[in-house]
Amino acid sequence: MRVTFRVQRYDPKKHPIPVFQSFVVEDVEPRDAVLDVLHRIKWEQDGSLSFRRSCAHGICGSCGMRINDRNMLACSVLLKDLNTRRPVKVQPLPGFPIIRDLVVDQTRFFEKLEVIKPYLVAKSQPPEFERLQSPKDAERLFEAAKCILCACCTSACPITWSNPDWLGPAALLKANRFIFDTRDEGADERLGIIDAPDGVWRCHTVFNCNEVCPKEINITGHLSELKRACTTRNV
Amino acid sequence: MATVHDVDVVIVGAGGAGLRAAIEISQRHACAVLTKVFAPRSHTGTAQGGVCAALGNEEPDEPIWHVYDTVKGSDYLGDQNAIEIMCNDAPRAIIELEHMGMPFSRTPEGRIGQRRFGGHTRNFGEAPVKRACYSADRTGLVMQHTLFENAIKHGVRFFHEFHLTDLIIRDGRCAGAVAIDLLTGEVHVFHARAVMMATGGYGRAYRVTSNAHVGTGDGMWLAWRAGAPLEDMEFVQFHPTGLWKLGILVSEAARGEGGILRNRVGERFMERYAPTVKDLAPRDMVSRAIITEIREGRGIAAPDGTQYVHLDLTHLGREIIDEKLPEITGFARTYLGVDPTREEIPVAPTTHYAMGGIPTDTEGHVLADHTGRIIDGLYAAGECACVSVHGANRLGTNSLLDIIVFGRRAGKTMVAYVAGADAPTLPADAPDRTTAAMSRLMKGSGSESTAKIRLELQEMMMRDCGVFRTEKGLRDAIEKIRELQDRCRRVAVSDDGTVFNTDLVEALELESLLGVADAIATSALNRTETRGAHSREDYPARDDEHWLKHTFISHRPDGAHEIAYKDVDLKLWKVDGDEKHFKPKPRIY
Repeated sequence: MRVTFRVQRYDPKKHPIPVFQSFVVEDVEPRDAVLDVLHRIKWEQDGSLSFRRSCAHGICGSCGMRINDRNMLACSVLLKDLNTRRPVKVQPLPGFPIIRDLVVDQTRFFEKLEVIKPYLVAKSQPPEFERLQSPKDAERLFEAAKCILCACCTSACPITWSNPDWLGPAALLKANRFIFDTRDEGADERLGIIDAPDGVWRCHTVFNCNEVCPKEINITGHLSELKRACTTRNV
Repeated sequence: MATVHDVDVVIVGAGGAGLRAAIEISQRHACAVLTKVFAPRSHTGTAQGGVCAALGNEEPDEPIWHVYDTVKGSDYLGDQNAIEIMCNDAPRAIIELEHMGMPFSRTPEGRIGQRRFGGHTRNFGEAPVKRACYSADRTGLVMQHTLFENAIKHGVRFFHEFHLTDLIIRDGRCAGAVAIDLLTGEVHVFHARAVMMATGGYGRAYRVTSNAHVGTGDGMWLAWRAGAPLEDMEFVQFHPTGLWKLGILVSEAARGEGGILRNRVGERFMERYAPTVKDLAPRDMVSRAIITEIREGRGIAAPDGTQYVHLDLTHLGREIIDEKLPEITGFARTYLGVDPTREEIPVAPTTHYAMGGIPTDTEGHVLADHTGRIIDGLYAAGECACVSVHGANRLGTNSLLDIIVFGRRAGKTMVAYVAGADAPTLPADAPDRTTAAMSRLMKGSGSESTAKIRLELQEMMMRDCGVFRTEKGLRDAIEKIRELQDRCRRVAVSDDGTVFNTDLVEALELESLLGVADAIATSALNRTETRGAHSREDYPARDDEHWLKHTFISHRPDGAHEIAYKDVDLKLWKVDGDEKHFKPKPRIY
């Protein structure tokens, strides 16, 4: 089988205005991932094509890209899940400055994460052994804790595109992970941070984040929980 | 002109070992963490099954049983003093992680949940024991993120996407490290009193691997080139259950929860190879068993001619699979279209872990040679190091433990060292080797392709330095490596840009891959016995009389690398007198 990829190129010196370049790749399999095809393009046709990737199985979060107008992990979407009768369009994640080709500047994304204090806040002395936590309480944070920080959600959110101060789905999801962790004592502090115009209230339940999350996390639901917590201040 | 940073400590690598050391150091000294990918992307995050300690939360357990399992699992090559330290420290280390906020699966009483894992037994081999602390099947992901979050809390200074290109060691003292800033293509020199290598493994030297693309052995190669020896490089772990052809890891946890390996005729073949623990035998035994089944015609043939066996989880029930093995289920469905609740998963051995690496003592000091002399100012921990706690074969869940125990120890050692050490002299030519390499690669003849050479190396390593090795195969391997190293000199990168030039990175990584492959093949040819993961078809027996010792290989530019040996520490047998448990015996499970 053959596939055509239309890949957005950008190089501050060579292509200072982004431009699409088409690549035809022969002998691909339906079970090849988009990442596999990008590698073949880089290794067989154009070594200058740059993109981030590491684990190639959906855990490290490196290869978030916009594929056929949808944010996905390039390693986790297979050709059989795309319409390969037409060229597959590959672009960098929207909403972030482009560094090179499919590589974006995620500085702001990680800065937002730091704003919500993404670590356990526990001033009281820990017990000699582990802090006890019921299986139910432990599972409560599993969904939020499995976020791989791929930025597909924050990048897909229209609020991100227009508002640079919006905390974004990923940072707020991380806030939820800690606020609802029964071992954490920083709920009030964090609620104070996110209970702000550009905090959780900027979420307009567009649901784009849910649609694109490669780990299928109900991000919008977690943000709604935060809104409720901000209002009731009862966690 | 290269930018020079003056810091107290440089840590290269932001996986578990690097982060744990950084957290230890950052509060006292100026510490810079260099990482070739954004810190949360580090390979520790892909670990699945668990991190072990004799907490005894679900079943009675003792650290000494953990020590026994690790010593035996290492095929008696592990240093017993180091193993004892690691297993005794394990409960504290995991409780500390939990206190840092790491989420764990829990028992009904609210304690950290533990499950069975390969090679871990109660009462010196009596039966499998629940020792692996876990968080669904994404223990590594949550550990990596917890450590990253704590690093943020402690104000650790990261240099994300800085690619290490050189280590500066002069007159037996490490003076710093050189790296390329991927964002700009510029060379940076880090002048430091102490440098710690936490750069992980080299799985990408092989065609089928569980390792991320970052696993290119850069730290091992650059340390070797800079004058440090490498230890026990012949011991390469092949994890028995990688997804067929893709190599993506299917955690041992699947077997810990009751999963069974079956051959073409549906037989639970591990009953023949390890009657007591069956599918939970150590990884080297299971990998050999799978390859043997395939060689003897009991593998399942794929349309393309490759062979695999089946991992059967169908009897576990949807609840267990969804709750305890959700990630694995995701991979099987996504990449192979297999639903583990109803179908068996095609699996085959995949290159997974480097038991060998940069030799250290138990405090993180890098050794200068087999006599135990150290290189001042150079430290290492994690997969890139060899303490040795894993000897000839590593047990599952011992690596996540290794990185936090020895990452912390190295961190503490560096805190003390830096407090008293003078800053070393930074040679004026520190960046030169890097700038010369970049210049050569950007302007070379271009008659060779990085990708082609790399693929040839990977195919050869699978064939000649894989699960089973022979003298002829290993000699062929070394010859091929020389050919590829020669061709590598004529590689030119086709990307002449300075911003995020991943073509340049891959060309630099190729040198690392060839370097570690050289160390692996040379060490493997030299060791004429079978021990742990190193299986010589021409020397199928373990030979304690001649080979109960560590291999130390020193790099020589002409390829005639020098080999020396270091005794295995046999403290528990020889000093503590426990011959019954710690004297080398045939490894039967």
